[in-house]
Amino acid sequence: MAIVQAIDLEKRYQMGSEWVVALSEVNVSVEKGEYVAIMGPSGSGKSTFLNLLGCLDKPTKGQYILGEDDVSTLSDNDLSEIRCKRIGFIFQSFNLISELSVIENIEVPMFYDGTHEKESEERAAELARRVGLGHRLNHHPNELSGGERQRVAIARALANDPLLILADEPTGNLDSRSGSEILAILDSLHQEEKTIIIVTHDENVAKRTESIIRFSDGKVVADGTRSSKVN
Amino acid sequence: MAAFGKRIFILGLINIWRHRLRSTLTILGIVFGVCSVIAMLAIGEGASYEAQEQIRKLGSQNIIIKSVKPPSKETVNVETSFLREYGLTYKDAERIRDTIPAVEVIVPSRNIRANVVYRGKMLDANAIGVVPWYPEISSQKVSAGRFINASEMEDHKNVCVISDDLAKRLFTHQAPLGEVIQVKGDYYKVIGILQKSGATATSQTEGPAPLNLYIPLTAAKSRFGDVIMTRSSGTFSAEKVELHEIIAKVKELGQVMMTSEVIRDTLKRFHKEMDYEVIVPLELLRQAERTKRIFNIVLGSIAAISLLVGGIGIMNIMLASVTERTREIGIRRALGAKRRDIIIQFLTETVLLSGSGGVIGLAIGVLIPYLITRFAEMETIIRAWSLMGAFGISLLIGIVFGMYPAYRAAIMDPITALRHE
Repeated sequence: MAIVQAIDLEKRYQMGSEWVVALSEVNVSVEKGEYVAIMGPSGSGKSTFLNLLGCLDKPTKGQYILGEDDVSTLSDNDLSEIRCKRIGFIFQSFNLISELSVIENIEVPMFYDGTHEKESEERAAELARRVGLGHRLNHHPNELSGGERQRVAIARALANDPLLILADEPTGNLDSRSGSEILAILDSLHQEEKTIIIVTHDENVAKRTESIIRFSDGKVVADGTRSSKVN
Repeated sequence: MAAFGKRIFILGLINIWRHRLRSTLTILGIVFGVCSVIAMLAIGEGASYEAQEQIRKLGSQNIIIKSVKPPSKETVNVETSFLREYGLTYKDAERIRDTIPAVEVIVPSRNIRANVVYRGKMLDANAIGVVPWYPEISSQKVSAGRFINASEMEDHKNVCVISDDLAKRLFTHQAPLGEVIQVKGDYYKVIGILQKSGATATSQTEGPAPLNLYIPLTAAKSRFGDVIMTRSSGTFSAEKVELHEIIAKVKELGQVMMTSEVIRDTLKRFHKEMDYEVIVPLELLRQAERTKRIFNIVLGSIAAISLLVGGIGIMNIMLASVTERTREIGIRRALGAKRRDIIIQFLTETVLLSGSGGVIGLAIGVLIPYLITRFAEMETIIRAWSLMGAFGISLLIGIVFGMYPAYRAAIMDPITALRHE
């Protein structure tokens, strides 16, 4: 079953009087449980694509089907809800809220989903233990190492049990040891049939995935089949 | 939803606490606004209440006519000015009683300064010659004994009713009733004591309660005569005043203003000089109410301006806070916060800020009138509506001035917000 289906996706921006095409004719399909890497040089359109996948932005043309629904024409309000329930974000720069403790950070998506307070607390604690931070529940992000912060972010991404986990260069700000810890967690999530899309520059990271989608000049130049991985 | 509200609330408190100094400075405007409104209203209410009480004690149905010494004319020579004759006469009282049907009771009185002596103790007091029906128009009641009766009036009897203060100061060890006191050389028996009250119908409205003793008007006339001699710094002067005061009680409240005009006209015909004045407590009361209304409007405008300034201060800080927390807003939006959620978050914070300003202002605003009453001995009245109103307005300010910053936060593009450093 395809979790993600991008059909003829196009994204254009208006820069002054000119239109800049950031993405065009993108046709991508990701199956449930698949672990996919997106690669490409800066400005190739992979960030734009990730924003579209994350429902942070709407395509200018084309369709994006997430699960069973076409989300390309939804309102801002509906997109917020989709982000909340179906998508887990892992950012390069962690993006934790510094005012909140580890457990509170993990709870944020559940908070907006209206999860009951007690249930949310229990689940957040469980997720924190799962990423190996059970002993740091009440610490604040500035008391954690980079690797630990990213683990909090992973726990947070899992909070609402999303359809799709989007990781934007999750190891980009980490040393190699912390990086491989993070990748190990992602691997284990993959084992559990989670659908993960990871944007990376690092071929070694990409090698761990099942398929690679390569972008160049706003277009997909190599589709994510197993054969293209060898490419 | 309740849990959501609670957590948003706590989140707001945390953010305010994190920026304690900034929050404190931000809400100062609201604090001062609210506390000044409450304090000023309390002082205003207290002052006007006091004034209105005093006027009310004069009796809203009464018209008070007082003898006033006219300004001396330069052309008058020394001989004639030795004896000055002016003021209200018995004839005036009769005329008012007989010709104005709206007047129900009329109380003429004389007011003479006299030394009161009892067992070697001497006090300076007002000896007031009154009629037996005086208590009808006065707010004063007899607390012990009785008032002067008609036969004592007829017989020019030397009896007196004394004010509470006089009783306390003159009689330190004895019960005053039945005792005999000396007033200007004559002896008077004390037959009654008046209840303590702030102001009397016959006396001025300010200063400490005077020491009064009431004697039959007839007795006053025959004992003291109409001519009153006063001696000051070596010169003699004598004044002839028949009556010092006439109080006319009007039957119905609606007729007071009209009757006062009739009385003015009547008196004008028989007095060449303005040697009297007509005081209408009802008129004063209305005047006091008008003054109070104007005072309240002025106060309201000052309050509105200070609260407006406070509100702008809050908005300014919240706009800065929104910019500062752009990244956080981006994160929240990415994780599923709707625009509405962001608006609620920031609005809650602003209302918490202005509301806590309101609470602090309320506390100080209640404290100030208390201190004023305590140390300046001025009456202050804090009305419940002023507290609720001021606090309500502080919350409203939070909503009104929090709206724009919250809206700015909500319309941010999540992608741009996430990239914000």
